[in-house]
Amino acid sequence: MLKKAYVYIVFIFLYAPIVILALYSFNDARSRGSWGGFTLKWYVALLNDKSIIQALITTIAVALIASIIATVIGTFAALGIYFMSQKARNWVMNITYIPVLNPDIVTGVSLMLLFIFMRIPAGFMTLVLAHITFNVPYVILSVMPKLNQLNPHLFEASEDLGASMIYTFFRVILPEIRAGIVTGFLLAVTLSIDDFVVSFFTKGAGVNTLSVLIYAMARKNVSPAINALSTVMFVIVLLMLIIVNKRTKNEEILN
Amino acid sequence: MKKSMAAFHYIVWMVIFTVVPMLLILGYSLIEVTDNGVIHLTLDYIRKCFEPIYLQIIAFSFYTAILCTALCLVIGYPIAIILAGDSFKHKNTLIFLLLAPMWMNFLLRTYSWLTLLERNGLINRLLTLLGLPNHSILYTTGSVMLGMVYNFLPFMILPIYSVVSKIDSNLIEAANDLGASKWNIFRKITLPMSIQGVFSGIVMVFMPAVTTFVITRLLGGGQKEMIGNVIEQQFIVSGDWSFGSALSALLMVVILVCISFSNRKGTAEKGERGALI
Repeated sequence: MLKKAYVYIVFIFLYAPIVILALYSFNDARSRGSWGGFTLKWYVALLNDKSIIQALITTIAVALIASIIATVIGTFAALGIYFMSQKARNWVMNITYIPVLNPDIVTGVSLMLLFIFMRIPAGFMTLVLAHITFNVPYVILSVMPKLNQLNPHLFEASEDLGASMIYTFFRVILPEIRAGIVTGFLLAVTLSIDDFVVSFFTKGAGVNTLSVLIYAMARKNVSPAINALSTVMFVIVLLMLIIVNKRTKNEEILN
Repeated sequence: MKKSMAAFHYIVWMVIFTVVPMLLILGYSLIEVTDNGVIHLTLDYIRKCFEPIYLQIIAFSFYTAILCTALCLVIGYPIAIILAGDSFKHKNTLIFLLLAPMWMNFLLRTYSWLTLLERNGLINRLLTLLGLPNHSILYTTGSVMLGMVYNFLPFMILPIYSVVSKIDSNLIEAANDLGASKWNIFRKITLPMSIQGVFSGIVMVFMPAVTTFVITRLLGGGQKEMIGNVIEQQFIVSGDWSFGSALSALLMVVILVCISFSNRKGTAEKGERGALI
């Protein structure tokens, strides 16, 4: 009984701020201290706020472009790493862990220095490059386990029977590792959308992702539209998580 | 053509976007460009990190991160053990609920505390209702700590939970049958077997805690600065890349030492966020 109570208290601690934020997004009074009745006006304000909509479009565009490129690079990288000698594999994997283990702020400032050094003007492009960089390792780490489960005799057989490398890849390897690729892609999209620190250091003036915009807004005058925004985002994240969870469960059943 | 060549473009990518940037950080922290364009080596920037003002900020960062890690361990360890046990029927749902807020934007999660902690926020209103004096809770070490524990607690619970829930239940049954007390079962089986999870939890909480600059800025209002804030200022405000790089290099070394100390590649492999899906 005591155990359950303790767990409930911690869950209340985790959810209270989110629930209260969601409640205030329907609050008619501008002040956060008082309740002025139910309203949807902050959601309307959200839709009419050009900077928020612009940031939303940037966030989604960066996440999709970066994740697709990262998934392609990562999948082929995982294949290459799979066929490497043990020594080469260890080297490449150690480099792969760098962006995963490095503090975000170090990744952010180091990429900022790189872009200045290479004279690439900060903007949408640098944002995409930075996001690909921190996404690729996660794709590799999602695809690698699937490759390791692969029966090596399968593609040996395919090659012995005269299939080309490309044919073997699409017909033999790809179907086996597809689940890992999809997981890697979804992970990349989520990480991209959630990222603040790396975007903060690599974005150019006038280009904002949602995270960066929220940071700028939260430091200044807070608009209740942010409450509406976070409610919308929480609901979307919740739906995405449920879909991903269903997917992994189905996979487990299939396996 | 060798098959391992499929990774060639990736290696090129990583050299350009990971190895070179790391070298740039190291480079900038060790060189100085004089007014007439001459570049020479210097240890001044590394030395500057150890000046009393910055040493104080570094000490404060470590103190805060260690305290946050300790709090997360004290609060999170029992949760992980309880969730791994059989007190709850819908264990998976609870784990799901534990993860859900973490996938919500980190900034929004931090921002949500602003609403609660403000001068005329909910907590102060409750205090007033109870006839207690109004406190300004926001922009103190306490509010920063609260924000950190709130954000990083699941990072502690999860690795411990995943290790403890894998303990063979036969072990515990055997101990039970042989007459071990509950306390002895915990002390001799659960505790030693959970240590691995505790180590990864500590790394996963300590690392983001010691490097954060968002929580200190939003909930500390710039009053309570940490290493991350100083690095941010060097790059965004004052443009002193060399000093910013020196601090970043220092931070990198600290993190590497922490990781090799815990030497738990298993969790590091999946990465702090990767482990959560």
